[in-house]
Amino acid sequence: MKYATVFFQYIAQYLKSRLTYRTDMVVEIVSDLLFQAVNLVFILVVFDHTSFLNGWTREEIIFIYGFFLVPFAIFGAFFNIWDFNERYIMKGEMDRILTRPIHSLFQIILERMELESLFGMITGIFVMFYAGRQLDISFSWYDPFIFITLALGGAFVYAAIFVLIASISFWSDSPTSIMPMMYNIGNYGRYPVDIYNNVIRFILTWILPFAFVGVYPSAYFLGREEWYSYAFMTPVMGIVFFAVSVFVWNVGVTKYRGAGN
Amino acid sequence: MAKYIEMIRIRFLMMLAYRTNYYSGILIYSINIGAYYFLWNAIYGDKGAIEGMTAIQMTSYVAIAWMARAFYYNNIDREIAQEIKEGKVAVEFIRPYNYLFMKMMQGLGEGIFRLSFFSIPGMIIVALVFPITFSAEPAVWLLFALSLIFSFTINMQINLLTGILTFFFFNNAGLIRAKRVIIDLFSGLLLPISFYPGWAQHVMGYLPFQAISYIPSMIFTESFTGTEIVNAIFFQILWALILIAPIQVLWLIAKKQLVVQGG
Repeated sequence: MKYATVFFQYIAQYLKSRLTYRTDMVVEIVSDLLFQAVNLVFILVVFDHTSFLNGWTREEIIFIYGFFLVPFAIFGAFFNIWDFNERYIMKGEMDRILTRPIHSLFQIILERMELESLFGMITGIFVMFYAGRQLDISFSWYDPFIFITLALGGAFVYAAIFVLIASISFWSDSPTSIMPMMYNIGNYGRYPVDIYNNVIRFILTWILPFAFVGVYPSAYFLGREEWYSYAFMTPVMGIVFFAVSVFVWNVGVTKYRGAGN
Repeated sequence: MAKYIEMIRIRFLMMLAYRTNYYSGILIYSINIGAYYFLWNAIYGDKGAIEGMTAIQMTSYVAIAWMARAFYYNNIDREIAQEIKEGKVAVEFIRPYNYLFMKMMQGLGEGIFRLSFFSIPGMIIVALVFPITFSAEPAVWLLFALSLIFSFTINMQINLLTGILTFFFFNNAGLIRAKRVIIDLFSGLLLPISFYPGWAQHVMGYLPFQAISYIPSMIFTESFTGTEIVNAIFFQILWALILIAPIQVLWLIAKKQLVVQGG
């Protein structure tokens, strides 16, 4: 209960501070839309020159991209802690976090919220509906629930990977640029993983499981039965990976020694 | 002039202090190029050539486009925005140099650093892993180098413009991000301009962005030949000259209505 109250108070504060620079907020939302459009343009232009990507049609790839946008938006709104090392470890801000009465990771999530990202969910659902209509996908009454479960599972997979990498900073505070790399690798999960070689496919499934954010869960809606077992594993992967990442984070916090001043 | 050269040197040395960061940077770029390699292979399937480019030319295009990006890309727009927000820009105004030119030189220092510690070793590593063709003609390399200088200049000018706009918007993180997305798409970094539908190519012909990535990459992969190269470089020169005007105008207006928020 306390956590919920704190959460909503932070959201209220966040909205106030964002509304101070309205023009910038609008530009930011537009630039998010642009960013989503760029990837779509890439797919559209590429399919001008080919009709199949390893047996997948244009609409299927667009559908996967639309699905990917939903968990990615949830991740972007709450777990986008790519600058954790710089902001909290190197500047010693973590000291302050540890004096707060709520869990340290939750406190950081509250401070680093970027609610504008949630607009990406609308784009994603819109893109999925467009592609779904072209593909004549029929939805059952239970599909929305499955969609929510899979999308949340994907968001937790994404979040877990970033929390795990942020946790590295507790042991080694030297600056690394692993974080931006994760955004790039995350993009791999948007394309059917069978276009990659086996090593990359294995990594994307079991080590950095970005395939569970895009292509595997989408396979359920696209009726690719050979990947159903992967699709239904998405929430399990999300819960397991996130639990592991919180555990590693908790261990990391005990190793934190503070940096300077 | 000596003081500007000193600026290049100082920024170069500053980057050198953090060079360990760059080894993981090479890995990032290689992984990125790898992703595109598999993706393009899937796109090509068993087609020999698309829009006159073979699959190997395409891999080389992607590799050189990303490695060249390390040279021309910088965060000078963000630095200018930061200095304006913190009020530091007021001090910069009274210093005995041209602020914008000084920023440009700092960007060049960064670019030269990345070119020598990042792009060149990175390109060698990438060439070992993926099939990439290098031209045997010294003239191609020379023209590529020339077009790369202009791609740096034009990207820098666009950065300066974005940075100066902070004077009017106060907070322009969103604009900076939008600019980056537009450049990624319209410069030909993600897709060669020749892949776009005709009308889009026509529109992009009136915009400066393809001078940043498309032109040097096409020259490098020898997809441009003869008069195409000459026209492309003239296109770059023209835009480098045109862009001077809006920068100067905005800069004059900005100086007049400067509001220092702190510092």
